[in-house]
Amino acid sequence: MPSGPEAGGGTPPVPDATGLELTAAELQEAFPSSILGTEFHRGRAALLADAGKAHDVLERLRVMGYTFLASLLGVDYYPEEPRLGVLYELLDFKRVDRISVKARVPTDEPLIASVVDIWAGANFPEREVYDMFGVVFEGHPDLRRILMPEDYEGFPQRRDFPVGGEPVLFTFNEEKSYGKWQ
Amino acid sequence: MEVKREPLDDFRVRQLQARDLLRGDLEGEELERYVEERVLTTTVDKAVRWARGNSFFPLTFGLACCAIEMITTVAARMDIARFGWEAFRASPRQADLIILSGRVSIKMAPVIRRIYDQMLDPKWAVSMGACCSSMGVFNNYALVPADKFMPIDVHVPGCPPRPEALMHGILLLRDKIQGYEKPGWRDRYEAHGTEEVLFGDDPGGESAAINVYGGMTPVRPGQARQDAERAGSRRGDTAGA
Amino acid sequence: MSDGTTSQRERSDYRKREESVTLSSEPVAVEETHELMTLNIGPHHPATHGVLRLLATLEGEVVRDVQPIVGYVHTGIEKTAEDKSYWKVIPVIERMDYLSYYFNAMAFCGAVETLLGLEVPPRAQYLRVIHLELNRIMSHLFWLATGALDLGAVSMFWYALRERERILDLFEMSSGQRMHTRYIQVGGVIEDIPRGFAAKLREFLKIMPPRADQYADLLEKNQILLQRLRGTGVTDQQTLLELGVTGPLLRATGNPWDLRKAAPYSSYDHFEFKIPVGTVGDNYDRFRVRHAELYESVKILEQALEGLPEGPFITPDRKVALPPRHELATSMEALIHHFKLVTEGFRVPPGEAYYPVEGPRGELGCFVRSDGSAKPARVHMRDPSFSNLQAFAPMVRDGYIADLIATVAMLDPILGGIDR
Repeated sequence: MPSGPEAGGGTPPVPDATGLELTAAELQEAFPSSILGTEFHRGRAALLADAGKAHDVLERLRVMGYTFLASLLGVDYYPEEPRLGVLYELLDFKRVDRISVKARVPTDEPLIASVVDIWAGANFPEREVYDMFGVVFEGHPDLRRILMPEDYEGFPQRRDFPVGGEPVLFTFNEEKSYGKWQ
Repeated sequence: MEVKREPLDDFRVRQLQARDLLRGDLEGEELERYVEERVLTTTVDKAVRWARGNSFFPLTFGLACCAIEMITTVAARMDIARFGWEAFRASPRQADLIILSGRVSIKMAPVIRRIYDQMLDPKWAVSMGACCSSMGVFNNYALVPADKFMPIDVHVPGCPPRPEALMHGILLLRDKIQGYEKPGWRDRYEAHGTEEVLFGDDPGGESAAINVYGGMTPVRPGQARQDAERAGSRRGDTAGA
Repeated sequence: MSDGTTSQRERSDYRKREESVTLSSEPVAVEETHELMTLNIGPHHPATHGVLRLLATLEGEVVRDVQPIVGYVHTGIEKTAEDKSYWKVIPVIERMDYLSYYFNAMAFCGAVETLLGLEVPPRAQYLRVIHLELNRIMSHLFWLATGALDLGAVSMFWYALRERERILDLFEMSSGQRMHTRYIQVGGVIEDIPRGFAAKLREFLKIMPPRADQYADLLEKNQILLQRLRGTGVTDQQTLLELGVTGPLLRATGNPWDLRKAAPYSSYDHFEFKIPVGTVGDNYDRFRVRHAELYESVKILEQALEGLPEGPFITPDRKVALPPRHELATSMEALIHHFKLVTEGFRVPPGEAYYPVEGPRGELGCFVRSDGSAKPARVHMRDPSFSNLQAFAPMVRDGYIADLIATVAMLDPILGGIDR
């Protein structure tokens, strides 16, 4: 039940609000207390899944037709708790539907089950989320840093990680001029 | 090898020597010294510099967006072959010019340093684009400016620089090699002493933290003069950096 | 050395090896061919299109496994984007996949427009399509130039980049920059196309199809190239889908998945074009699909130029788009809006959006999370090269190492997009 592209923005087709609730109810029935809520905002359908049962939910969604893992990303919801979020953007080729599954994990115990066994393509994105946010994917075959050097310390994409960089002297009298680098 | 200038009052002596040479009267050690001083060495040195400046062997080394413009410089419209620099070499051992075309991450910096060390002397480096000159818009945790880990001869500004800008940068480098170094902005604005210290000679001093070379002190052409000038003002100027 | 006589011990290694040479065609020391060797390719290697590093496990000349190592141009763009206001993110995000800068900007602007609930005027949508398709041709031409160069077809480099320069001239005409133009803007485009642009574009559209024919003539009749491409790097559709591969690589296996058709954005549904697909999914199909896309993009461009509607090129919403210059002198309100936009930027209501577009390499999706302030709380780009690179190992496994180079060339990874 695609809602169809809007004239202007051209939002990606997603299930409408009713379809989302039906999907959520079905998943809730299959895995009790697995769905914590639903979000339908500006044509985007999102399921809030319990981190412990996200793997089951995703597996079931794959059976339900969402066969393609379009994107897997991490988000830091600072200052909300639990802080870290892992988002799965799923795609149904046949109905051209998109649905998003959100699982939240706290920073002191950032554990979530890996979905590499469902989609082999989750390998690199999960490594990236581990690299940038420190979320540990249990069952991942090769969980190492992917973008940063292997001996790097810290998780750069977390909100409390400084942007870093260094001051650059642009003018010879910058020390005296207004707007000196602090 | 610099041209040895003799005092002006020797002019008459040299004139006589030249006359003797033309007559064929100059012999033995005197003749050799005459030739070495006046004819051969200076001319060969100049010729070598002329040849070097006109036949760079750049390294096929692309990093990011600037690499696309670097490749465009070789391609049909810009045609770097007009200047004689089209022979891009894939091996650092055959190249004498490295164009850092793009952003240098902290993961890539050791690799680049190693490639640079593998190149044979004489070698030059051009930092292309804002990212590897000053990190540009991406002033963040992942990047490092190229000056922090290797000597750079010419910085080409732009994001990415147009191919013409890159050519202009290499032309500047050619002039530098051939001995017609153009004054930089520090000369024009009399802003000496603002250089960031990388090759500091006080390992225990306050600039030790950014002395990435340890004991090693690479020498760049044309740097000896600046070294002497900034020796006094170093301590005060790096405090803000 | 079992007998241990002095004369044998004194022999050099060279003599020993010399003795072992036979003239028979049977392989000597069969067990040695089973020995695996690890070969490091990159990060500085001319055939890896950037700073990709490949750890290849070889058995003789056959690749048994390959492990891509990325991150050598990791720039932290997503982190930098969190530190800038929305309209300043566009130039930063364009530098991710540096051969498809219009697509990056389009995905980001689309996501922000979705969050804002903003309507884009039809003329702006058409102008976007014109530039997106020009960028697609530009990207494919660059792939053709460098990819053919890797396969030994050196002259393609000059021919393809000659046409690419014409597109860059068009970009320069409309925006003032050759690369990273920041033309696409939240709410529309930054400026209308200048006078003379349409004529120049028509001229290019007339030239491009015959030139593409010439490329085909040069490459398709080249036996060396055909032998290097045909039947190498074959991967079936299901493997690619499991690995999240989209774009020409997926279409080469016969799956006509293209977001421009499946979920049209920016009025792509107004144009008639076809989706080229392959049959077996080898390197040759990948080459043919991309080559055929050149013609389809030209078709879209012709229609978009023909049907370019009149009207504003950017949304009239002054909260998002800068007021025109002449209003600043007369209208106090315009001045306030201008000041607000330039100093703080516009605020976006809280929410999350994922906006996919069909880039030259596949699905390019931008995720934006807003917390209600003038800066995005999270920007993430789902770059097609990143996902496509995972399919590299299945493609080259059990092939020759020479085919590995051909497969990298036809995979067309952009390292700036992979590492971001």
